[in-house]
Amino acid sequence: MADILGAEVDEEGFLVDLKDWTREIAIEMAKTDDIDLADENAELYQERWDVLNLLRDYFEEYQIAPAVRVLTKAVGKKLGKDKGSSKYLYTLFPYGPGKQGCKFAGLPKPTGCI
Amino acid sequence: MATKKFMYLNRKASYGTAYAIESLEVVLIAAAFEQDVSLAFIDDGVYQIVEGQNTDGIGMKNFSKTFHALGDYDINKLYVSAESLEERGLTADDLMPLVYEDEDDDWEEKPSVKVVSNAELTEIMSEQDVCLSF
Repeated sequence: MADILGAEVDEEGFLVDLKDWTREIAIEMAKTDDIDLADENAELYQERWDVLNLLRDYFEEYQIAPAVRVLTKAVGKKLGKDKGSSKYLYTLFPYGPGKQGCKFAGLPKPTGCI
Repeated sequence: MATKKFMYLNRKASYGTAYAIESLEVVLIAAAFEQDVSLAFIDDGVYQIVEGQNTDGIGMKNFSKTFHALGDYDINKLYVSAESLEERGLTADDLMPLVYEDEDDDWEEKPSVKVVSNAELTEIMSEQDVCLSF
């Protein structure tokens, strides 16, 4: 079984135990996908963390990783209407806001993600 | 793709068997296909949406919180059998206040849960294209 900074991950790189999540693990995961989550001055740094934090809050509240459609709605509501589009979310997470975003946020793969 | 009416029948309590959580997962997956989805809670299934569940003692994930997400998935028809509630000494007030935001009514929050008699439920079931029982 593979691991990131000592935390076990599955064959797709998602954390096996969600409690293992740390900011450092997210940074490390993102590095593999050429995304910089460590440098505050990096492009889209705050925008990406806003969505990751929202994903973590969503999971805490509902115990599931949201489908992209639901995430889009939640982002529009919490972070501003202009951001509630899948185009915007794909700019932040080109491999899919659900899949890539949830992975970095330490969530399981979204239910219904096929 | 033509829309079909899907109803998911929940007959068992949340824990002890995997039926309840499996049903909920199927419902969330099906929601992605934009079908007309409704849920029914019958027999011990009514326990699934009882307010104030605590799973600490059995060391399992408390997935009752997930029912609150259904509104965002456009699932807003949750029918509960009045007879099943009564047989268990429960009333509508014991259930979680599940709501959805009505897109056609300025996003007003409206209740998703509706207590119906078994006769009404039979009627609703007969209107469905697909009924899946868990």
